[in-house]
Amino acid sequence: MSDVLPDRGPPGPLTTHDASLEARGPLLEVRGLRKFFPITRGFLQRTVGHVRAVDGVDFTVEEGETLGLVGESGCGKTTASRCILRAIDPTGGQILYRTRAGRVVDLANLPQAELLPLRAEIQMIFQDPFGSLNPRMTLLDNVGEPLLVNGMKNRRERADRVAELLRLVGLRPEFMHRFPHAFSGGQRQRIGIARALATNPRLVVADEPVSALDVSIQAQVLNLLLELQARLKLTFLFVAHDLSVVRHISDRIAVMYVGQLVELAPTDALFRQPQHPYTAALMRAVPAADPRVKSGDGILGGEVPSPADPPSGCYFHPRCRHAEARCKAEAPALREVAPGHFSRCHFAGERVF
Amino acid sequence: MTAIDPLLSVRDLRVSFALDEGLVRAVDGTSFDVLSGQVLGVVGESGCGKSVTMRAILQLVERPGRITHGAIRFRRDDGIVDLAQLEPRGAAMREIRGGEIALIPQEPMAAFSPVHTVGEQIIEAILLHSHRWQAGRALSRREARDITVGLFRDVGISMPEQRVDAYSWQLSGGLRQRAMIAMALSCKPRLLIADEPTTAIDVTTQAQVLALLRDLQARYDTAIIFITHDLGVIAQMASYVVVMYLGRVMEEGPVDDIFHAPKHPYTQALLRSIPSLHGKTRVALPVISGALPHPFNRPTGCPFHPRCPDAMDRCSAAVPKPMPVAANQLASCFLHHDEAEP
Repeated sequence: MSDVLPDRGPPGPLTTHDASLEARGPLLEVRGLRKFFPITRGFLQRTVGHVRAVDGVDFTVEEGETLGLVGESGCGKTTASRCILRAIDPTGGQILYRTRAGRVVDLANLPQAELLPLRAEIQMIFQDPFGSLNPRMTLLDNVGEPLLVNGMKNRRERADRVAELLRLVGLRPEFMHRFPHAFSGGQRQRIGIARALATNPRLVVADEPVSALDVSIQAQVLNLLLELQARLKLTFLFVAHDLSVVRHISDRIAVMYVGQLVELAPTDALFRQPQHPYTAALMRAVPAADPRVKSGDGILGGEVPSPADPPSGCYFHPRCRHAEARCKAEAPALREVAPGHFSRCHFAGERVF
Repeated sequence: MTAIDPLLSVRDLRVSFALDEGLVRAVDGTSFDVLSGQVLGVVGESGCGKSVTMRAILQLVERPGRITHGAIRFRRDDGIVDLAQLEPRGAAMREIRGGEIALIPQEPMAAFSPVHTVGEQIIEAILLHSHRWQAGRALSRREARDITVGLFRDVGISMPEQRVDAYSWQLSGGLRQRAMIAMALSCKPRLLIADEPTTAIDVTTQAQVLALLRDLQARYDTAIIFITHDLGVIAQMASYVVVMYLGRVMEEGPVDDIFHAPKHPYTQALLRSIPSLHGKTRVALPVISGALPHPFNRPTGCPFHPRCPDAMDRCSAAVPKPMPVAANQLASCFLHHDEAEP
């Protein structure tokens, strides 16, 4: 955990063979990750500004753990996860990934040809179980496609593997000749998970995997993910907006606000004593599923600022009830306030939020 | 159920959709009451018929859907009217819809027209129902605009004079939902139907909108039917709760009893399956086994019996009636029926 770099400088040169990390380091280390989208205007599409969707994010993911990435819409959690998958190219920063072979590579700068073999190791589970499966393909083809791409040309062999995968996610292997429309939302999400697991991945990025599901189905899918993780030694980057879901599944949680990481801590420590006022406000905003507990104290006023034009100093200061003059002038750095507990607040460690 | 006359009384409502593949019974014998000034929470998973029930109340069920049975009795100044019998496009229904019963939809982006300012749309509604503000004479445009600005101020929109002239796409999600609430209140409704009003917005904005709705409810004493799948929102907003599953009411009761003494196996299972902010992490959650049945394959008898841990032989044979299980609390489950009774 000590290798999280709180103060980010300009990203270093491409280091695909960083000797210091060759020894067993974290599975994934994100350093100073940035992704800016240009704002263009006029006939010539002149760039007039940038949406700083991800603005200097640092975190590590240890092998076998679940890191929850949580925040409200527009905080950059999805953009950050897409950068890690290289579904989009980051503007800056490093994404150091330790491959199965033990080599540390920087995904941020890797050319497509070298990226391709790593795609099997890093897979994704999508939010929308309706949009993420091809409706014209049977389960055999939907789940088997990553196998085909990765060189399993024999159809019989693929069918055997798909049957195994379907069993793994709690579906009957006979279903493989059916089309996605025959399945409910929960079953489709299981199919999506089977597909993600087809290539024996090590790191699975799950972007809001249960938010489109009903409460009763959500619990089934969360249980499945926990079970699969234990069985297959998977590492999860779990992106979601629902605090109670993220809390349930994560070992550690990273909280994002306007493109920055504001707090990173082990799940229990984060909920026991949040060290950033935004995290505390987020927790208070969740309506308690108990009429005897009255939620609604300390409701956060105002709105999330635009990542194209963030406030000065600490991005959270216009909405923060602890804000002082210093917060407006000076941007706080992410610093370690307790072992493994990082916060981007001037008053972290001094005050109770 | 109570001695007081309800504002709205839904009795054995059935709505079905005749599709080429078969008949979908979206609402299959739903009954509940809404009292004046009460916040009634309706909770259920997708396909439970909660939204279709609300559309039926407003006579907005689209073809091939049809109200096939039941009564929706609504108390007006001049007596009780059965909304199920009214012509959907008739004058009486148009007077009630938007005037006496207003709707806050889930997605305000889709509910506002993008080519008119939000102010114009609210002014139009006020002018259409202007006698609810001023008996005897029609309101002028100027007066309607002033009312709109006042409503914007009431729902916490800053700079209301300017925001009235904004288009919906110029507003943030939270402001848009506030404008929608202003629109719903614009005709002083007696009953407000809020259909998942905070599902599409972020949790900190949700907290603001919920606080606003609580505040407005206390100030105007409007009855609200609050529909959501989020048990936390229900616990914080409703005083009385109706739990629906596959078009039927499984259980209903005061919010405290529903959360602390649920009597129906479905309610119990639903409450157990949500991860809380205090429970043990990274352990298996109790689940409701199986999946929601396909709409064309409704189970016989109690719709929950194929997934119910307490299912008995009779559950597949007959539909259990709602039985009183505590003061003001009813559960439709054979566990609470006498053996002899069918």
